[in-house]
Amino acid sequence: MSAITRDEVAHLARLSRLALHEDELDQLAAQLDEIISAVAKVQEVAQGDIPPTSHALPLTNVYRPDESLPGLSPDQALAGAPAVEEQRFRVPQILGEEQ
Amino acid sequence: MSAAELGAAIHAKDTTSVEATGAYLDRIAEVEGDVHAYLHTDREAALGQARAVDERIAAGEDPGPLAGVPVAHKDVFTTVDMPTTAASKILADWRPPYDATVTARLRQAGMVILGKTNMDEFAMGSSTENSAFQTTRNPWDLSRIPGGSSGGSSAAVAAFEAPLATGTDTGGSIRQPAAVCGLVGAKPTYGGSSRYGLIAFASSLDTPGPIARSVQDAALLHEAFSGHDPRDSTSVDAPVPPVVEAARRGDVAGLRIGVVRELDGEGYQAGVRQRFQETVELLESLGAKVVEVSCPSFDAALSAYYLIAPSECSSNLARFDAMRYGLRVGDDGTRSAEEVMSLTRAEGFGPEVKRRIILGTYALSSGYYDAYYGSAQQVRTLIKRDFDAAFENVDVLISPTTPTTAFPVGERTGDPMAMYLADLCTIPTNLAGNAALSVPCGLAPEDGLPVGLQIMAPVMADDRTYRVGAAVEAALNERNGGPLLAKSAFAV
Repeated sequence: MSAITRDEVAHLARLSRLALHEDELDQLAAQLDEIISAVAKVQEVAQGDIPPTSHALPLTNVYRPDESLPGLSPDQALAGAPAVEEQRFRVPQILGEEQ
Repeated sequence: MSAAELGAAIHAKDTTSVEATGAYLDRIAEVEGDVHAYLHTDREAALGQARAVDERIAAGEDPGPLAGVPVAHKDVFTTVDMPTTAASKILADWRPPYDATVTARLRQAGMVILGKTNMDEFAMGSSTENSAFQTTRNPWDLSRIPGGSSGGSSAAVAAFEAPLATGTDTGGSIRQPAAVCGLVGAKPTYGGSSRYGLIAFASSLDTPGPIARSVQDAALLHEAFSGHDPRDSTSVDAPVPPVVEAARRGDVAGLRIGVVRELDGEGYQAGVRQRFQETVELLESLGAKVVEVSCPSFDAALSAYYLIAPSECSSNLARFDAMRYGLRVGDDGTRSAEEVMSLTRAEGFGPEVKRRIILGTYALSSGYYDAYYGSAQQVRTLIKRDFDAAFENVDVLISPTTPTTAFPVGERTGDPMAMYLADLCTIPTNLAGNAALSVPCGLAPEDGLPVGLQIMAPVMADDRTYRVGAAVEAALNERNGGPLLAKSAFAV
């Protein structure tokens, strides 16, 4: 595999919603390259028609009776929020001005 | 005094929970300045819980064998009455509105919460140096790491700052710290212990488990919090394996034990190999039939893990979006939600967490998905097949728990791949979901630090690991004239 560039790391950081500093981008590009080369071994081992395992247990749908149970009160749910207004989560603007 | 003995003494009214809890709080006050195991303690709250359980016992109630016994919780389990931070700045002052199933069940069992223990941020690491708040030290040698990510829990138990502690094991995060601190630590079968209220790292791998000074104590804690939980959809709806009974039994006569060839090779510390070989001979002398077993896919387990775990973490940690809880940075009225989210996550997450989020995003991105994540999931199948084939011929598998003893603080912080090697022997079990236990098997001659023996068993056969672990523990205690931990500088 080709080396991971700084620009690729910057793109991944945008996708991950991480505002990384310039020096972090440089450092991560070098480290990711090393880690990816080391873990690329999986491609050699996983040759042929092997079904993937995504989970240690076979997952089955779990149902419960459709009954309403006590949940968190609004005050409890909002207790850890960074900003609250009129018993709601207050968030920064979601749409840009042009929208 | 073991946790089992303490529980029995409280039950027989030879002592009280208030007295025991007070003694542990005093011990914390005495040594915490050296060890740095705890992120949060609350003396009054702990004594209040102790008084309440003493009253329950005085009223004739029997909450079980651990009633009144103190416990320390890894700070990844939510606790309704104290902060839960996962050792991250992004959750620095967060107080959860609910208890994890593990914490709730241990409260119900009458256990007193001494505090929350330090860990690698979001359980990512093998040294507890990734905590945003402090570096925990190994009580055997304060210049060394206590293992990770449950390093606060292991250091607290090894320094006699708690009789028992909870941990979580995603790639070895209970067994590795237990091994390097000379303790017993178990990774139960995946789904055998509930993940509800556990701050998620890699959901298909995370497993809560016990850390203790003896096999019997670990079994008691294991049994107290395990079992089906309807609030965790991956929880196994089956009885808890009889681990306490197995720990009491502790014999290996007639048992078939496999030594995994791939987990005992070049690159392992000489003293670790030596103590492991001696333990193999010990097991034979106790009547076990020991054979060599090959699990060829284990060689790729570390690689598969460092694709799968970061992929799941990049997805799980998306919930830290600066909107509903935790830190918020840069919300000055001019920035969009997306900008605030990016600034908050950059400020709130430490370097290892960022590294894994980026790595996971890479492994899951279009164009690389099949080559990395897809291949890793195929390797997972091969590892399960290796275990299945091995367990057709043997009852348990054994290996060293870690390739080296505790390394010095700071030695591997700049080299992620070197750090990841600490979990070499423990990772296959997480990928396959089966049960494993680490028990002390001696001190490495070259540095005098503890070496761990890992015992692995099939899914839901956790009791076998305790049976073998108890036999090894009893034989070594007899040979050494007492427990290994008595040789630690922090022994009491």
